[in-house]
Amino acid sequence: MNILSLFVLIPVLTIIGIILSRSHNMVRWVALAGMFAQLVTAVVLLFAYFAVRNAGNTDAMVFYQDVEWFKTLNIHYCIGVDGISVAMIMLTGIVVITGILASWEVTYLQKEFFISLILLATGVFGFFISIDLFTMFLFYEVAVIPMYLLIGIWGTGPKEYSAMKLTLMLMGGSALLMVGLLGLYFNSSTDGHYTFNLLEIAKVHIPTNLQMFFFPFLFLGFGVLGALFPFHTWSPDGHASAPTAVSMLHAGVLMKLGGYGCFRVAMYLLPEAAHELGWIFIILTTISVVYGAFGAIWQKDLKYINAYSSVSHCGLVIWGLLMMNKTAMDGAILQMISHGLMTALFFALIGMIYGRTHTRMVDKMGGLMKVIPFLSVVYVIAGLASLGLPGLSGFVAEMTIFVGAFQNPDLFHRVATIIVVSSIVVTAVYILKVVGGLLFGPIKNDEYLSLKDAKWFEKLSVGTLVIAVAGVGIAPLWLSNTIMDSLTPIVERLSQVW
Amino acid sequence: MFQNSWLILLFPLLGFVITGIFSKKLTGKTSGIIASLMVLASFIYSATLFFQLKQITNSAISVDLFNWINSGKLSISFGFLIDPLSVTMMMIITGVGFLIHLFSMGYMHHDERVNTYFSQLNLFVFSMLLLVMSSNYLLMFVGWEGVGLCSYLLIGFWYKKNAFNNAARKAFIMNRIGDLGFIIGLIAIFTTFHSLDFNTVFSQSSHFISGEAIITFITLMLFVGAIGKSAKIPLFTWLPDAMAGPTPVSALIHAATMVTAGIYLVVRSSSLFVLAPITMDVILVVGVTTALVAAIIAVLQNDIKKVLAYSTVSQLGIMFIALGLGAFSSSLFHVTTHAFFKALLFLGAGSIIHSLQGQQDIRLMGGIRKSMPITFITFFIAVLAISGIPPFSGFFSKDEILAAAFHSSPIVWGLTVITSMLTSFYMFRLLFLVFYGSYRGDSKTFGKIHESPKIMTIPLIILAILAFAGGFLNIPVMFGGTENFATFLKPSITFFNDYNFEIPNHLNEILLALGVLLLIIVTIFVSWYIFVKKSVLPVSDSTNRGIISKFIYRKFYFDEIYNFFIIKPYQWFAEKFTSFIETNIIDSIINGIGSIVVFVGNKARLIQNGNIGFYMFVMIIAMISMIAGIIWLK
Repeated sequence: MNILSLFVLIPVLTIIGIILSRSHNMVRWVALAGMFAQLVTAVVLLFAYFAVRNAGNTDAMVFYQDVEWFKTLNIHYCIGVDGISVAMIMLTGIVVITGILASWEVTYLQKEFFISLILLATGVFGFFISIDLFTMFLFYEVAVIPMYLLIGIWGTGPKEYSAMKLTLMLMGGSALLMVGLLGLYFNSSTDGHYTFNLLEIAKVHIPTNLQMFFFPFLFLGFGVLGALFPFHTWSPDGHASAPTAVSMLHAGVLMKLGGYGCFRVAMYLLPEAAHELGWIFIILTTISVVYGAFGAIWQKDLKYINAYSSVSHCGLVIWGLLMMNKTAMDGAILQMISHGLMTALFFALIGMIYGRTHTRMVDKMGGLMKVIPFLSVVYVIAGLASLGLPGLSGFVAEMTIFVGAFQNPDLFHRVATIIVVSSIVVTAVYILKVVGGLLFGPIKNDEYLSLKDAKWFEKLSVGTLVIAVAGVGIAPLWLSNTIMDSLTPIVERLSQVW
Repeated sequence: MFQNSWLILLFPLLGFVITGIFSKKLTGKTSGIIASLMVLASFIYSATLFFQLKQITNSAISVDLFNWINSGKLSISFGFLIDPLSVTMMMIITGVGFLIHLFSMGYMHHDERVNTYFSQLNLFVFSMLLLVMSSNYLLMFVGWEGVGLCSYLLIGFWYKKNAFNNAARKAFIMNRIGDLGFIIGLIAIFTTFHSLDFNTVFSQSSHFISGEAIITFITLMLFVGAIGKSAKIPLFTWLPDAMAGPTPVSALIHAATMVTAGIYLVVRSSSLFVLAPITMDVILVVGVTTALVAAIIAVLQNDIKKVLAYSTVSQLGIMFIALGLGAFSSSLFHVTTHAFFKALLFLGAGSIIHSLQGQQDIRLMGGIRKSMPITFITFFIAVLAISGIPPFSGFFSKDEILAAAFHSSPIVWGLTVITSMLTSFYMFRLLFLVFYGSYRGDSKTFGKIHESPKIMTIPLIILAILAFAGGFLNIPVMFGGTENFATFLKPSITFFNDYNFEIPNHLNEILLALGVLLLIIVTIFVSWYIFVKKSVLPVSDSTNRGIISKFIYRKFYFDEIYNFFIIKPYQWFAEKFTSFIETNIIDSIINGIGSIVVFVGNKARLIQNGNIGFYMFVMIIAMISMIAGIIWLK
């Protein structure tokens, strides 16, 4: 059997295991074991991928498997991976398992919670291994639907409003996406034998005017998920109301689906339109980056701060992709991984702090460094990663994007670069404001004096993420190497003159 | 030997890790010893490199350890460049750093977070060494950010006080503005030279003619980075605030090493800067202005550390004057001597503050020279050195810069001389107010004033020897010297084609130096007359000041101006503008769409009213229309 199908099979088995579990304790251990198996599979896949490449396999997609599904419409269950998807699968594996650990003490409807969470993860894994656009879309929806339940049932604050807003905006995105995908499908062949297969569609040349028509649908459809300005407002409300693990998964991996789809589908399949219309989205993402950073300054709720920060960082992902050269795109993918890890770390920490202080308002807390030093130090590290301190993941990704972007010789790209680079100052302002208000200064509430520091599963959860963040920052080379080869066909296609 | 130079970095990194991880288990003394020994080990290794480097002819050795980033065209190796410039900096950092670590063992011994302190101090030494050792701009930037982080952490070391946290944050953010320049410069370098490696970039720089736009742009951007890190106008206001940190930190980071990183950056990139005369002029103007403004502010400061902080800003200004004149090695020479005497001044101040239980206001000191003789004598030596009295070190380094200024422009020379006079004035003012006269603080505490323990006085004595003798490193030709320091550094630096390394007429130069010396001695006498003879004391904060005095005392209103013109609009933009767009525009559209859907749904719902007759009616209408439609279409 193909190793990739395991990524869908293991979660299904885990869900069955959870349904059959009898005790509270068993449920979480089964969930943890299942997701641990998933992570191990991801690591095995990584090494298998290297082995295949070293053996001289230069196919665009390896571990390719194609099973016919609906014959009449020529829909296939078609899977395969390249270096980029392998990297994204690794990211997902790490974030999911740390998310399970972070929700170790969920008690309310616990079984259902873990089932929904793992279902969401299945959707994400399925999305990253799909080559057939129909399968990809299907998995995308599988990931979005449980989100509604997770926020609506286990959320906090105005959870119904947030869940509804999030789901409807993402569904709106899906509607755009559907139009775009159908557009691709009906132009995938000249002889009427249409296909959803990404690699097949890439072989035909879609007429420029059609490309120009469908590109905005696809790019915006994915862009909504990547919190593209001005379609980002679902993200702060959604994150703020979501339970910890859901915020982690959502910001950590689900938002990456947007960026991933943007280049894998929209830009790769419609390269001319990407060139022609790229400038519009460069402007929008430039706004995302700067606006998100400014938005984070006036927020007082930790989750809102991090949500706006995510808008800024995810904007940088798409911005980097639109620079359309190897260095910038490599940086953008590094940024996806880096942001996925550090935002998961942030949300995990926020959840843990909230669990202790019962507030997320920065101005109600203070001096936590004294009472919960472990969580505080990790929070500082997460903050430093977010503001792009060297040695942590954010720096390498950002610098690579900036350097790559400036290679574009025209003034428009360069001015955009300088504007985007200047956001690092704004980022420093809000990160340090939070760190200062939350962790330093005098302790404002005497009840906080008796807080307990992290428990084992919390330490394991954030510890894993910190190691990953530092690992990417110190040794980005292996990750870059994984990504780089797979970028070549995409960049070549984008730089091709038609 | 050179291949293993990564060991120099490893020692302080190990110190950081050990004292950081075991911060709960180790005693303060143990972690102090570990941290100090690590820095000492790095110093010994650096010194060995120095002697080896002197023996070989090819004096720039590249050590590539591994490939760090490889992304498309961007390829960055984790490597070092060991040459006279980096070795000089390494010796200053580890040498002065070691003494300050020793001093800290006494100064910080009672602090509950002493282990964290040493851990962060070791991390600083590591980052600073990385900054000066790296062989490319990106890795240098890693160190550059690292020292910024340590500065942030150590300024806010006593984090329970919000004022200290704000000072730390201000320092970091102002540095970030500078970093922005550095990053843009770095990107522009890569775009121009397709590499960030020093050797590659500098060897290609000869293809550019002087004054080319892109080189001017690059150098200006790098200089913006230097402005932030080295606290120049307009980004200097963080440095006086940074005095919130423990005093040894001020000595190490905010006097001897980190703030000189900007000078290092310019000297390292000298082959680019000599191609950009406009940038050099900008550096000169910024240098002169900063030196003068900071010196004027220092005259009226009453906090012992603030006086020293403004003095640092002013001295850094003088170093930038040297850079702007193209006298790179003179600038670096002043960096070296300044590291000795300013570290000594700060540690001396630390010793005083320690003894006075935290008192920093010089209006409440006085007459303590009898109780703290070693601190007094070493402080006196440092004051003589910074004032430029021969044969103390400051005389030689400052004289070189003055000579270079005189040959370039009399105005620059004149302003630098005024700065020097102001320097000796406020330094002696400080000395007289602190050590002479009678004690003005709480009389109960007077009896408790004591000389600091040996662990603190020994570093003071060693630094005093260096502050005295440091000038002999580079005895100018006019006094029969050979300019050892400059000759050693020469291979690392590119000079202007017409830069005259040796000035022909020694007689003029000696006369010039004597003239300046005379002016300084007069200034010291004036200072003595005011503060010792007449015992004039600085007025208290409640007294009304004249307009000019107020203007100077309030530091030219720099903070207020920034607050009004930058911080306030910035906050307005962040709070009012974005929240307006967010809630009033974007969200109201989205909620509006939601409301429309609900509204339409509510209305449409009425159609299903449960009346079978109505349904039948609709059905028949629909069927008729369909049939009509089909017929019409055909």
